[in-house]
Amino acid sequence: MIEFLSQHSKLIDQVGINALLALSLSISLRAGSLALAQAAFMGIAAYVSSVGAVRLGWNLMAAALLGALAAALVAAVLALPIGKLRGVFLAIATIGFGEIARIVEINWPITGGAEGFSGIPNDASTIWIYATLTVVGVALYLFGRSKLGLAVSATREDENAARGVGIDVAAVRMGTLIAGAIVAGLAGALYAHSNFFITPGDFGFGRMEQILVMCVIGGVTSSAGAILGALLMTVLPELVRFLHDYREVSSGAILLGIILFAPSGIAGLWQRRT
Amino acid sequence: MLIQQLANGLFLGAVYALFAIGYTLIFGVLDILNLAHAAIFMLAAFVALSLVGAGLPLVLAFALALVFAGFLGVLLDRVAFAPLRRRNAGTLVPLISSIGAAIIMQGVARGIWGPDEHRFPSSALSTSEIHLGGVTVGALDLLILAIALAMMGVLSYVLRSTPLGRAIRAVAADRVAAAILGVDIERTIALTFFIASALGGAAGILIGLQYNSVSLEMGSRIELKGLAIIILGGMGSVTGAVIGAFILGAVETLSIAYISSSYRDAIAFGVMFLILVLRPTGLLGKRALRAA
Repeated sequence: MIEFLSQHSKLIDQVGINALLALSLSISLRAGSLALAQAAFMGIAAYVSSVGAVRLGWNLMAAALLGALAAALVAAVLALPIGKLRGVFLAIATIGFGEIARIVEINWPITGGAEGFSGIPNDASTIWIYATLTVVGVALYLFGRSKLGLAVSATREDENAARGVGIDVAAVRMGTLIAGAIVAGLAGALYAHSNFFITPGDFGFGRMEQILVMCVIGGVTSSAGAILGALLMTVLPELVRFLHDYREVSSGAILLGIILFAPSGIAGLWQRRT
Repeated sequence: MLIQQLANGLFLGAVYALFAIGYTLIFGVLDILNLAHAAIFMLAAFVALSLVGAGLPLVLAFALALVFAGFLGVLLDRVAFAPLRRRNAGTLVPLISSIGAAIIMQGVARGIWGPDEHRFPSSALSTSEIHLGGVTVGALDLLILAIALAMMGVLSYVLRSTPLGRAIRAVAADRVAAAILGVDIERTIALTFFIASALGGAAGILIGLQYNSVSLEMGSRIELKGLAIIILGGMGSVTGAVIGAFILGAVETLSIAYISSSYRDAIAFGVMFLILVLRPTGLLGKRALRAA
């Protein structure tokens, strides 16, 4: 057991970080907003926490919290102009925002540009990652059962009806965007601190697609589903190494298969059986 | 200098336009964002490259790769979108299934052609240049521009004046009403995918020729620019996509020459963001396809 864990510790860390990312997106999706800025929030926190750790000597806790705070602030500012957008238009606007964030990261001198920022202390241990995941998972579970969580679900199911019973829909959307940014920010800081270096390319549209895929494979709005999706999509590429250059095909085929044959994701299959 | 930059922008814009038309056509007809469009763009370039490598003349390789891209688009619709259409799956789910299809196509391309950049054999390309009043243009660039403009012209004619074009516009305007009036919806959608994907494939081949470079990353490089273009022009508007593409082509070449190349792409996405926030219908809006 211990041997297995130490052999695969890198992969296990990746699963935890990806689970946090999938959870962060599921928060926005719970309110029905297709806001695709998670990779950008992750990147902002990764850079803030890395620069803080290297230049100012922040410890992991301070770096992660301040990184997540930075992502939350950016999300709060972003929420204002995009408040009225829905569906595909919201998705595209947030994708555009993500590209702008990436281009700024490439060009801002302090980030080390496209070559990347290196020398980040490698202090985000597996325990830190899974402790964060546990806290976030429990918080989301409790939130889902609270009155506020109900308001979020109501906003997703029928915005006008939600408004009719007195739910502040704009506040729900803004709140979920910020909460998602905090979780994505924590994931970004942990990501940076479990790798020696980061580049702007780590936080581009490819990453955003990956997060979306994990979240949807699990079942769009379920926390357990998001974690399962992250587990599957992180471990699968390792299991099919024998396919060599054709490896991606299996990820794509599984994604397509789940979309077509299990519309509510893996979590939905589970619910149907029980 | 300015005219030279504008000429360069024109060549770039023409290829962007071909790519963006396919994107916007599918959005106009189906209200879905097809993120596999860029994968077809890339695959068509690879297929053309291999056909040229097998000894076919460039013209024939171009034509065959277009047909290939078209049928790939039809297959994409059958596999990734048609089943979802039947269960009214909304906008998020088709977006995801198009990502799945794109991952598969990307994986197949990586398996067949490997991760490296490929080039067309030098004998297939003309390198002669033409001088027009101080502006130097490559003969190849002119040819690419002519092909792109001709294809846009044909598309415009098809959409405006043929039964197929009327059917496409009817389905875009109101699918249920079109079905009641006897339009064969599934056939129209299949043909829309064929046209859109063939145009996207043409863009891939032409850009591969323009830069003499075909690679796995070429799709992801243009994918989000295409998005910026169709937002600028107005989602679903073909004319808007063409105008948006030429604007983006000019802005890109001018900002490289006069401002700085580092923030070049930020300008495109900044404009896209502002348009979404201030005027989500873009320059021409969705009605344009219906009224084309």
